[in-house]
Amino acid sequence: MSEAVLRERGPLARIGLRSGPEARAPNLMPYLLAAPLILFMLAFYAMPVVAMLMRSVSDPTWTVANYATLPDDAVFLKTFANTFYTSLIVTLVSLLLGYPVAMALVRAPRWAPIILVLIMLPFWTSVLVRSYAWMVLLGRHGLFNEALIAAGMIDRPLRILNTPLATQIAMSHILLPYMILPIANALRQIDPSLLRAASGLGSPPWRTFLQVTLPLSMPGVAAGVLLVFVLALGFYITPAMVGGPREITISMLIAQRVDQLDWAYAATLSAVLLATALAIIGAFYRLPGVGNAFRMNAR
Amino acid sequence: MNGAARGASVSLADLEKRYDRTNAVDGVSLDIRSGEFLTLLGPSGSGKTTTLMMIAGFETPSAGDIAIDGTSVVAMPPYRRNIGMVFQNYALFPHLTVEDNIGFPLKQRGVPKAERTKLVAEALELVQLPGYGGRYPRQLSGGQQQRVALARAIVFKPRLLLMDEPLGALDKQLRENLQLEMRRLHADLGITFIYVTHDQEEALTMSDRIAVMNDGKVAQVGRPEDLYDRPCNRFVAGFIGESNFLPAVVRDLEDDVVVAECEGVMVRALCPTLRPASGSKVTLTTRPERLRFADAWNGNAPQNRMSVTVTEAVFAGERCRYLLRATDGTSIVLKEPSSAAIRRRQVGDQAEIAWSVADTILV
Repeated sequence: MSEAVLRERGPLARIGLRSGPEARAPNLMPYLLAAPLILFMLAFYAMPVVAMLMRSVSDPTWTVANYATLPDDAVFLKTFANTFYTSLIVTLVSLLLGYPVAMALVRAPRWAPIILVLIMLPFWTSVLVRSYAWMVLLGRHGLFNEALIAAGMIDRPLRILNTPLATQIAMSHILLPYMILPIANALRQIDPSLLRAASGLGSPPWRTFLQVTLPLSMPGVAAGVLLVFVLALGFYITPAMVGGPREITISMLIAQRVDQLDWAYAATLSAVLLATALAIIGAFYRLPGVGNAFRMNAR
Repeated sequence: MNGAARGASVSLADLEKRYDRTNAVDGVSLDIRSGEFLTLLGPSGSGKTTTLMMIAGFETPSAGDIAIDGTSVVAMPPYRRNIGMVFQNYALFPHLTVEDNIGFPLKQRGVPKAERTKLVAEALELVQLPGYGGRYPRQLSGGQQQRVALARAIVFKPRLLLMDEPLGALDKQLRENLQLEMRRLHADLGITFIYVTHDQEEALTMSDRIAVMNDGKVAQVGRPEDLYDRPCNRFVAGFIGESNFLPAVVRDLEDDVVVAECEGVMVRALCPTLRPASGSKVTLTTRPERLRFADAWNGNAPQNRMSVTVTEAVFAGERCRYLLRATDGTSIVLKEPSSAAIRRRQVGDQAEIAWSVADTILV
């Protein structure tokens, strides 16, 4: 094996030697090409984020009081817990609904274009429009209730709109593509001969799914779960429009405080939300199973 | 070990696989004996892999039947056929260790953990990779991965092993080592091997019998020497080894020897399959290494002779390769073992070549 490596390195090393002087001359082109975007990001993204973080420790004076009071802040704790809970439910629902769709997308190539359009059309539609659509569907006299009444299954309309359930349904729907696409991508990368091999070695389809397909799709599942969960943490429009009046999320709380011109509190909450999202992303990359899976696909 | 009892017999009857309008496999009938090493040999697109996939159960035949030990398996899903299979790209599970890969078929069969460990260790021993159980496939070289795939395919003691160009991705030396190892395994295990390859040399060195496939059909089945010495058609003669093709006109028939006029002279040829009528145009085939210059036979020159002109002479170490032109312009290749004692011919030399009737086949 080391011999093979040496053989492979031989010609490369020779090329490297020949082009050495030019290679060592600093090549500024990539930096120049990236410069406009970097400047843009610094001016319109990094600066505001830094300004916000600064505000959370400098308002009214230099202090950590804004953070120190959070553990005793009942409103914050309740909102934070609710946001986490909602994100968890939405992630779980998207995973359970999204995985089979991703399978269909990959395993039924004839239907794939139609399935893809069905996924992407809502995806390209504004979140606002989709949230309104859910209001129409789930309202007291919405399609859902009318249909149930017409079918004789209920006498009085169910209260769905402006409950946590409505938030969960609408958010799951909106975030579903973020779950389906990474999983489909991971499934597509599974060598079909592995499935044949499993079958030939005596594994019926359901066992092949559990023993081969599912473990090999874990990178996609991890990416999907991460995307949906982190996006759900920061969701604002949908819970604000279809959610319950008492079950507010962190982003709604931030908006409320901004309305009240309580910038310090809003900045502190934003910083906590940002830190939480970053911590979750970091934790995912350290998960042993996921890490293995990621390395496996790098093959 | 009793080979006859351990290997499955496989019978293909008028097997067909149609894709849209084309017939990938077009009426293949083949009886593979218990314990036999049979190779399906053919160019790409000849239907050899499709045939193998139908035996494994990954493709459904459009028509015809596949019977293993006399029982039709066409309606049986692959996971119930109990057939070992080695794929060209190894198809090892990347998320499982070598041990778990080899243990996979045992796990599906409910073999308890302790026995599994023992059988896996035995299989690793058999493919000469003891101690590699804890590694992942990506940590192995191509040859090692193929050995693991082989171990996985035989660990559950199937009676039939299918191999789809298993050595295709390996370099020449490794390929030759593994060819020997597979022969040895076949002899040790006594199970039936069905091997797919496009490499005629591999087929010739490894197989008990070869089925040469072309255009979805079996062109000829036989032992390697039969195919080489008695090709029954032009495709087989051209695909296996190098052949000279001489146009000729049939003049007479004597038992199973045909006398044909070829390049102005009478040449005798065997006709194992065809019975041509006198006067019909035919093609005779000979192997380049079976031809000799007439004076090299030391007075025992065989019956078939022909005058030629040397148009190209190449010294290739162990042998000399001559390109000759016959009187009517047909090109003939002659390979002569090299020796300092043999006179080398020069381009432009006139010469007479001679070869045996037994090495002349009408196709």
